[in-house]
Amino acid sequence: MSDIITLRGVSKSFGATEVLHDLDLTVERGTIFALLGPNGAGKTTIVNILSTLVAPDGGTATVDGHDVVRDREAVKRSISLTGQSAAVDEVLTGEENLRMMARLSGLTTREAKSRSRELLDRFELTDAASKRAKTYSGGMRRRLDLAISLLLTPPVILLDEPTTGLDTRSRQELWGVIRALADNGTTVLLTTQYLEEADQLADRVAVLDGGAIVAEGTPGELKSRVGGEVLAVHDGDGEVTREIPTDGTAAGLRAALSTLAPTDAVSLRRPSLDDVFLAVTTQKGPSA
Amino acid sequence: MTALATESTFIRRSIIHSIRTPDVLVTAIALPVLLMLMFTFVFGGAFESDGHYVDYVVPGIVLLCAGFGAASTAVDVAQDMTTGIIDRFRTMPIRASAVITGHVVSSLLRNLVATAIVVLVGVAVGFRPNATPLEWVGAFGLIALYILAITYLFAAIGLAASSPEAASGFGFIIMFVPYLSSAFVPVSTMPSWLQWIAGHQPLTPIIETIRSLLMGTSMGDNGWLALGWIALILVGAVIWTTLLFRAKARRR
Repeated sequence: MSDIITLRGVSKSFGATEVLHDLDLTVERGTIFALLGPNGAGKTTIVNILSTLVAPDGGTATVDGHDVVRDREAVKRSISLTGQSAAVDEVLTGEENLRMMARLSGLTTREAKSRSRELLDRFELTDAASKRAKTYSGGMRRRLDLAISLLLTPPVILLDEPTTGLDTRSRQELWGVIRALADNGTTVLLTTQYLEEADQLADRVAVLDGGAIVAEGTPGELKSRVGGEVLAVHDGDGEVTREIPTDGTAAGLRAALSTLAPTDAVSLRRPSLDDVFLAVTTQKGPSA
Repeated sequence: MTALATESTFIRRSIIHSIRTPDVLVTAIALPVLLMLMFTFVFGGAFESDGHYVDYVVPGIVLLCAGFGAASTAVDVAQDMTTGIIDRFRTMPIRASAVITGHVVSSLLRNLVATAIVVLVGVAVGFRPNATPLEWVGAFGLIALYILAITYLFAAIGLAASSPEAASGFGFIIMFVPYLSSAFVPVSTMPSWLQWIAGHQPLTPIIETIRSLLMGTSMGDNGWLALGWIALILVGAVIWTTLLFRAKARRR
């Protein structure tokens, strides 16, 4: 078991605003790690520190054993970043984008050509290969962006809100790609505002709020932290009208039921990451 | 990757950008040609009734056209700096500022083509230079140096601007400078306070040098003044560009 990403006591302020406060984080090699949090929680700052775009004010961060400040060039060779705004050249075609980035990544002209073809095919962009990226849909642009990140296979891939603004189908396609990466041994650190995404993809999740990690664990651990089953009360049309969290024991359930009328329709569900998220971000409840 | 391959990849990218952005090509080539025709046929008769105004105005038009053509560099640079693509370049193991070099070299090539077209159109409407081949080389060399210097200046403006729109606005001010020089009328015809400005600003010696090389007017100190001004602008703009690029990287 080895950690490929480590942050120790990292802090960062922009002007008077403290974005990260004494943050510790480790990501194990070959896993998918999700940073979950609302806008402004500091997710992007963490990604920017790990990708050498931003230097931390305090603490240390390493990627694959290289310090992000002292050993920038080595870190750059160990990562690829897919930022929040799609980093594609709109004037160039999809294929030209890939070939340009491949050349910049150090491939020969010939390697660049064949690798680009391969990725266009894998990301279902072959038909649009000779169209300018400007004409691409949001989903296609994201796929092109991700394809560029995968021209080389660095040990760490950083994805900043990779599925924001995508429709359900494109999102699920991207999830497939990300899972395949991890299956091949690449470490993926992604940020997301979507609990479902963290739940579906990640081996471990850190919930970030106000520049600090407020909860961390596997999706299952986090869910069990909010308690047991949730008792849902339905109206005549089957709509959920009330939700009562329970501790998952018979006694707890009995207590919850005793507050209801005998004719009420009820069901039980496992707590979702939504429940965790609300619990830890609003009350600053259980902390990691 | 070798530095040279990085630079050439970025130069290729910027050239494709130039070719695929029709309004840039129109500004760089069609606008100067139209201006030349306008100055020759519309204003020319009033300035110089003997019909040789075209001989006077071509060097000025060439520099004006270089200004128009180079100005889009500010917009290109600002665009790259405000979209996510610069972050990708910065996180790759390359010298990210080569992206600026790409825009500069592409602007230089674009404007040299525009200059050649403008001179050819000039010849078609009566421009009759008496330069030797060596003087032609000297004139084009000086024009190329001027384009390089002003392009770097626009690149710096593009870095300093907060958005492509702002970059375009700042650039417009610089494009006005040729009008306050000996480009279109001799400095001696201006009011005395303006003569001082027009006589001491960088464009007048540059234009007079080109005029001397192509038309055989007297050179005087203009050649050295022209080279000095260009060197000053170029070195200043390169330093400013380098500092701004670093500062932008750090500020985030």
